[in-house]
Amino acid sequence: MTVTEFFIEATGNYVATIAFGILLNIPRRALNFAGWIGVLGYFVYKFLVIWGGGYVIGNMAGALVIGVASLQAARMKKMPMILFNIPALVPLVPGGQAYQMIKYFALGQNSTAFVFLIQVVMISGAIAFGFLLSELVNRVRRRVWRHRA
Amino acid sequence: MSSQKKRDQLILHTALTAGRIMIENGSEVERVEDTMERIAHNAGAKTSQLFVMITGILMAINGEVGAQIEPVKRRTFDLEKISVVNDLSRQFADHKITLQQFASRLDQLDKSKKYFPFWLQLLAAAMVSGPLEVVFRHNLPDFWITCVVGALGWLVFYLLNKFIQIRFLSEFAAAATIGVLAIWSVHLGLGNSVDDIIIGSVMPLVPGVPITNSVRDILAGNLVSGPARGVEALVSAAAIGFGIAMVLQFL
Repeated sequence: MTVTEFFIEATGNYVATIAFGILLNIPRRALNFAGWIGVLGYFVYKFLVIWGGGYVIGNMAGALVIGVASLQAARMKKMPMILFNIPALVPLVPGGQAYQMIKYFALGQNSTAFVFLIQVVMISGAIAFGFLLSELVNRVRRRVWRHRA
Repeated sequence: MSSQKKRDQLILHTALTAGRIMIENGSEVERVEDTMERIAHNAGAKTSQLFVMITGILMAINGEVGAQIEPVKRRTFDLEKISVVNDLSRQFADHKITLQQFASRLDQLDKSKKYFPFWLQLLAAAMVSGPLEVVFRHNLPDFWITCVVGALGWLVFYLLNKFIQIRFLSEFAAAATIGVLAIWSVHLGLGNSVDDIIIGSVMPLVPGVPITNSVRDILAGNLVSGPARGVEALVSAAAIGFGIAMVLQFL
């Protein structure tokens, strides 16, 4: 990945996350944070894929980082967590694979379509599992935090 | 009616309205339960019993006869209202507002419709489509046409959703429009790749709220509401898929 590509992807993610937030009507003061969390989650995914981690691990780690960062932002801003993690998740959605799947089903090439179907299922499962792990991390952190206070 | 009874009535009304507003606008169930319990506790109720589902809420306080039901009829996505209820609940916990003020502000909030201006939402739909097309497919020349097709698709969704109010049908129609426009624009030479334009333009319609809430609800142990949200997300995804597939048949 070249430097230009890096900046184009970062800008694209930031703008897209904020714009999705506007469609869901999230409050103005949460928009900026949500945008940065979206960029962060996407790059965790991207770099894991580049370094050979594979799609599944990449998506899982991306969702995990989004979940943990959203709770941090929610605590700092004293706002509900879903304002941050819903828009930030959008760049991870397997839109490309889902489209290819539908296209090949529509064209009657079922064996190709199944390859993409399995990818979509694996990626969605990985994102869900990443969220599960982030919930685990958040609960452990809450315990530790309470003990210290 | 004794003053204690009136007070209990007001607590129930406030907590139930807060809960209904949160579910209507796309909150997860655990947060609703938590907020309603806090409201009852901060208002001085000794105990509270709650049963929250995605289609209705049941609540009683102090273990008395006379639990109340609040049905949830419509569901939209307006995360600002959830945030406002959250703020009000925090203010109430800090004794900055009284229970009476809390109740009247909730009623006000319930009636108000404070969305971003329409042109900004249209622009936002364009700004979801174009940048994500570039991020997913690295196809810079098709950026502008994807923005336009995405905004038009979202416009169809918005208008239909306003007039027929069946979310799934609006999504289907919007996806079909996107497919036709994408093929047409490539035909006219405005874009290079039908696939890339469609992938970008569909992104504003992605059911992000139901997907996220479904996972969180299931994890929290709400085995009725979680899968219900999951079905909502799946039907949305299927509607979009059918819309695209129908157009691609005629490619």
